[in-house]
Amino acid sequence: MLKMSKEHILFLKEKKKEKRMIHSFRILIFLTFLFLWELLTRINLLNPFLFSSPSRIVKTTINLFMKNQLLFHIGITLWEVFLSFVLSFFLGLLIAYFLWRYPILSKIVDPYLMILNSLPKVALGPLIIIWMGARIHSIIFMSLTISLFSTIINLYEGFHTVHKNELLLLKSFHASTFQIFFKLILPSNLLTIISTLKINISMSFIGVIMGELLVSKMGLGYLIMYGSQIFQLDLVLTSIVILGTLSYLFFFVLDLLQKRMKKKRN
Amino acid sequence: MKKILEVNHISKNFHSLKEETIALEDIHFSVSLGEFISIVGPSGCGKSTILSILCGLLKPSCGNTVLLNHYKIAYMPQEDSLLPFRTVLENCLLGLEIEHQLTEENKKYVIYLLETYGLGDFMNQYPNQLSGGMKQRCALIRTLALKPDILLLDEAMSSLDYQSRLLIGEDIYQIIKKEKKTAIMVTHDIGEAISMSDRVIVLTKRPSVVKKIYEIKFEEKKGPIENRKDKNFSFYFDQIWRDLDVKNE
Repeated sequence: MLKMSKEHILFLKEKKKEKRMIHSFRILIFLTFLFLWELLTRINLLNPFLFSSPSRIVKTTINLFMKNQLLFHIGITLWEVFLSFVLSFFLGLLIAYFLWRYPILSKIVDPYLMILNSLPKVALGPLIIIWMGARIHSIIFMSLTISLFSTIINLYEGFHTVHKNELLLLKSFHASTFQIFFKLILPSNLLTIISTLKINISMSFIGVIMGELLVSKMGLGYLIMYGSQIFQLDLVLTSIVILGTLSYLFFFVLDLLQKRMKKKRN
Repeated sequence: MKKILEVNHISKNFHSLKEETIALEDIHFSVSLGEFISIVGPSGCGKSTILSILCGLLKPSCGNTVLLNHYKIAYMPQEDSLLPFRTVLENCLLGLEIEHQLTEENKKYVIYLLETYGLGDFMNQYPNQLSGGMKQRCALIRTLALKPDILLLDEAMSSLDYQSRLLIGEDIYQIIKKEKKTAIMVTHDIGEAISMSDRVIVLTKRPSVVKKIYEIKFEEKKGPIENRKDKNFSFYFDQIWRDLDVKNE
């Protein structure tokens, strides 16, 4: 290794210090928040019945776990999220492919895509229940309507940003449209795909919880609804905390994947 | 010399809602085996369109091109156009892969080319780890992999700075000569055209016709960089500059 100058060592030290500071502040904010929440409810400045508290949330979680309820409800929600996530991605990819493959088609359906994308899909909730019944199908469908259109639009836009010269090169090899898609368009859009997945996972969570709030008899969304109906806000807040943790976890994994991919590309 | 390609009075019109543009009006020339030909012309005169027609990406509106004896043409695009997600070797195999000719023998040939031209140690690296010159060489090998008889170079070095352009031009020239290929290069750089070519075709501005064809004769043909020192170089340069009739508008 090259010998480093004093200035460079100092620079590295500064950078390290900055990193440590960022991390410690993050943890500090988290602990302060928990501490204040616990404290304010203990001294009854906040009503623990309405606002719960970290210790009550831990207790509720353990309780749910003991009654074999915790993993069951988490499992249901995750299964639904997984289904709608995978479905909306592959369906979105397929539709985006056809729109890319047949530009005329994309021109024809463009205004409809825009309308469907901008419509607040939650408004469809009651209709979906009536059409499909209070079943898991409605939840998946609800979630699909929320995540599918943004997936299509993001992927389709990505497919169109490929460089002209590379396209020309492949055409000079007499590549078929299929080959162009799989050898150029798709691999060039790996980063677009991952960022679409990131949006998609959040959308799927939104869709599934929305669906569960409306129709379900199980899952975290159901726990939230049920808890509020019987005025057990410990249960509501516990479910929300679990939900937040889960969706952050998925997001985190995709984010890591994206960063690693970016590093590899550069 | 043996004729291998004829371009017979081709014309090309482009259409948009607003208007019809005549890009090429009447382009007529022929190419012999082993020749290095450059096409120069004012910017926007349809130089690249000729190459697109030659490699079958575009159909001429009129006229035709005749490739004799099943000779093969391959195209080298502007800039290196290497795919960042493929290794150097994978990039060079792209054309073979697409044309379903990825045999063991062809792969060996590509590896041989990479090793011969100094990329052997970089085969499994990604393009972003290569220098500008190496990228151009990699792009050239990708084209040579198809074992073409005629190479079409489309402003292949236009994105480089002047010094790299001289060095890489020399490099590409030597490789093409060593592999005994015929080349047709489109460029806006008069000096580049004169120093590398056996003949220079000068086009008029749009709608383009062939204005003049120069047979480039030097005392002794060595390589592009040395050729620039020849006493005839500036003569050709002045002539072509006058032909192009470039004005500051």
